Amino acid sequence: MDTLDNRYVIQARNLGIYYGDFKAVTDVNMDIERNKITAIIGPSGCGKSTLLRAFNRMNELVPGARAEGQVFFDGEDLYAKGVDPVEVRHRIGMVFQKPNPFPKSIYENIAWGARIHGFRGNMDKLVEHSLRQAALWDEVKDILHRSGLALSGGQQQRLCIARAIAVQPEVILMDEPASALDPIATLKIEELMQDLKKDYTIVIVTHNMQQAARVSDYTAMMMLVNDGSRAGTVIEFGETTKIFTRPSDKRTEDYVTGRFG
Amino acid sequence: MSASPAPLGPFQDNLPRRHRLGAVWQWIFFAATIIGIFVLSALLLDILNESFGYVALEARVDPDTLAVDGVPLEDLPKEELIRILQDSLSASAFNKLNDEKPFEERSQANVYDLVIERVVKYKVLETWSLWESLIHSDEIRAQAAEEFPQAELRFVSWLTVETIRRPQSSEAVNAGVRTAILGSLWTIAITILVAFPLGVGAAIYLEEYARDDWLNRLIRTNINNLAGVPSIIYGILGLAIFVRALERLTSGAVFGLVNPTTANGRTILSAGLTLALLILPLIIINAQEAIRAVPQSLRKASLGIGATKWQTIWAHVLPNALPGILTGTILAVSRAIGETAPLVVVGASTAISFDPNLFSRFTTLPIQIYQWTSRPQGEWRHLAAAAILILLTLLLSLNATAIVLRNRYTKRF
Ligand SMILES: Nc1ncnc2c1ncn2[C@@H]1O[C@H](COP(=O)(O)OP(=O)(O)O)[C@@H](O)[C@H]1O
Ligand SMILES: [Mg+2]
Repeated sequence: MDTLDNRYVIQARNLGIYYGDFKAVTDVNMDIERNKITAIIGPSGCGKSTLLRAFNRMNELVPGARAEGQVFFDGEDLYAKGVDPVEVRHRIGMVFQKPNPFPKSIYENIAWGARIHGFRGNMDKLVEHSLRQAALWDEVKDILHRSGLALSGGQQQRLCIARAIAVQPEVILMDEPASALDPIATLKIEELMQDLKKDYTIVIVTHNMQQAARVSDYTAMMMLVNDGSRAGTVIEFGETTKIFTRPSDKRTEDYVTGRFG
Repeated sequence: MSASPAPLGPFQDNLPRRHRLGAVWQWIFFAATIIGIFVLSALLLDILNESFGYVALEARVDPDTLAVDGVPLEDLPKEELIRILQDSLSASAFNKLNDEKPFEERSQANVYDLVIERVVKYKVLETWSLWESLIHSDEIRAQAAEEFPQAELRFVSWLTVETIRRPQSSEAVNAGVRTAILGSLWTIAITILVAFPLGVGAAIYLEEYARDDWLNRLIRTNINNLAGVPSIIYGILGLAIFVRALERLTSGAVFGLVNPTTANGRTILSAGLTLALLILPLIIINAQEAIRAVPQSLRKASLGIGATKWQTIWAHVLPNALPGILTGTILAVSRAIGETAPLVVVGASTAISFDPNLFSRFTTLPIQIYQWTSRPQGEWRHLAAAAILILLTLLLSLNATAIVLRNRYTKRF
């Protein structure tokens, strides 16, 4: 196991995730490369969101949810005793499917996270930097004290990305970040991801095959296992070009060519 | 458009009938509103009707006979008035007044009040409602002249500044609600101070921290049931706990503040705590609803950038739940202000003539109203009507304050 290899930020080993007695995800092994975009694709209900949330321990917020196996983050097991999930979520941020800005000003949306983590620098600069990184600065620089909820859906989602960036995480997890947006806003988010990968590692769940093919470097294909247990797992994981052109699994081929799923 | 044949049978959309049904329901809702408004107006009119009207007053000493050199009684200088008091009262009664507050420090108006109360001693012989007074004023005048030739017929407002300013008294014309208002304000202050933090705290625990296990479900169900328990039961509880078991605390003995009125635990503190118990379930339930209404996505957003649970609650859940929490609190406190039964059980006094404090005997506006309305003489009913108007005003102004505060401190985005 190459846990000391600095190439990988997140490494899942024999990861299984339960909701109570129901095993939603089973036996996942995958390495997520630093400063790359990794897409997780697959049919609805196969456990993509569940797997993504396991990477920053958001699943724990669901009563009865638990994980088995390991998730190494920079070589350290996130699920080991004594690891604080709050710290985990600080270093591995998350952007949700539906834009969910705080009902506060645009400025406060960014500044609040930094403040709770004890940011001591220049807050105005941080807000500007985060909004620039999220490609939102030009649109909102004159209305920083307006409500974050007054923005359009696409702007709100970029605000959420800026909010995630502002606490300086290493990884940003995105769960179908563009599925509630129109095509132009979607394109903006996709371009933004390309810019962000210089500084961050991105894992994105998407049901949109073209999106995965366009934006990601690596793709994980998830599917329910064929033993009637209704648990999902990663059936194929590799470079995006290979998954989309020469998949080694028949089910992947059927799915990416649209014959299935 | 040619309708394509429906393969599974025809539709009968019946649009006129559906519209008619909608119109009927709309009319029913409108009627319900009108009935509600009508009942409320009737209530208010009845109270107003009792608050004003003619009174036949008989003075034991005619104030005109007390005039000196043509100067009417109310314009006499303080010294003259004091002299009248000295002449008419026994020495001990006069000295007692002086002990309560030396005459040098009393104002002319105050001494005049004393003369009216102690010397002139108006007695109410008969009262009439506002309606009667307006419509049948001639008959009333004739009746008064015939039945009470000695009496003075006056049109009075039972609600005056004096009614608010004066303490309880044994004569309706001299009685006021000052002590009752102070009692109500003290009691409600304690109730809010205790019930609000406890209730909101419990709601936060139940909604944000408690696991969904059988114990917490049991607690939740029981809080809901507690909200439906008759208020007199809370009075019995308050009597057992605050008045009896915690007497040393509620009488002020532990603080070395035994009140000269020897309230024995039947104090404002006990009353406030009892009412706090009474509205605690209401505040908890309302706060729970408000907290539950905060969207889960907001909590996830906050936790997702590494906020702790407490930071999430403090910065996002509570500010967004606050309007709902305050609305619930306003409703609960309004109920507490109007409560009578539990305070009767806890031992509210009826006639208090001194300003109450935390550890003294007390009365409240509803208690006073209840007391007065149950007296046989008509004049007390009029005074009660005035007190009801004061209670309503107090209630309205407290609610208005709360609403202004709520709007001020919940900047909506
Ligand atoms: N909070 C939850 N509680 C219980 N079961 C859940 C919960 N979230 C998801 N699941 C179940 O886990 C499985 C995977 O769900 P999810 O990860 O949302 O799939 P996807 O994102 O691929 O559509 C589904 O069967 C779903 O019903
Ligand atoms: Mg999903």
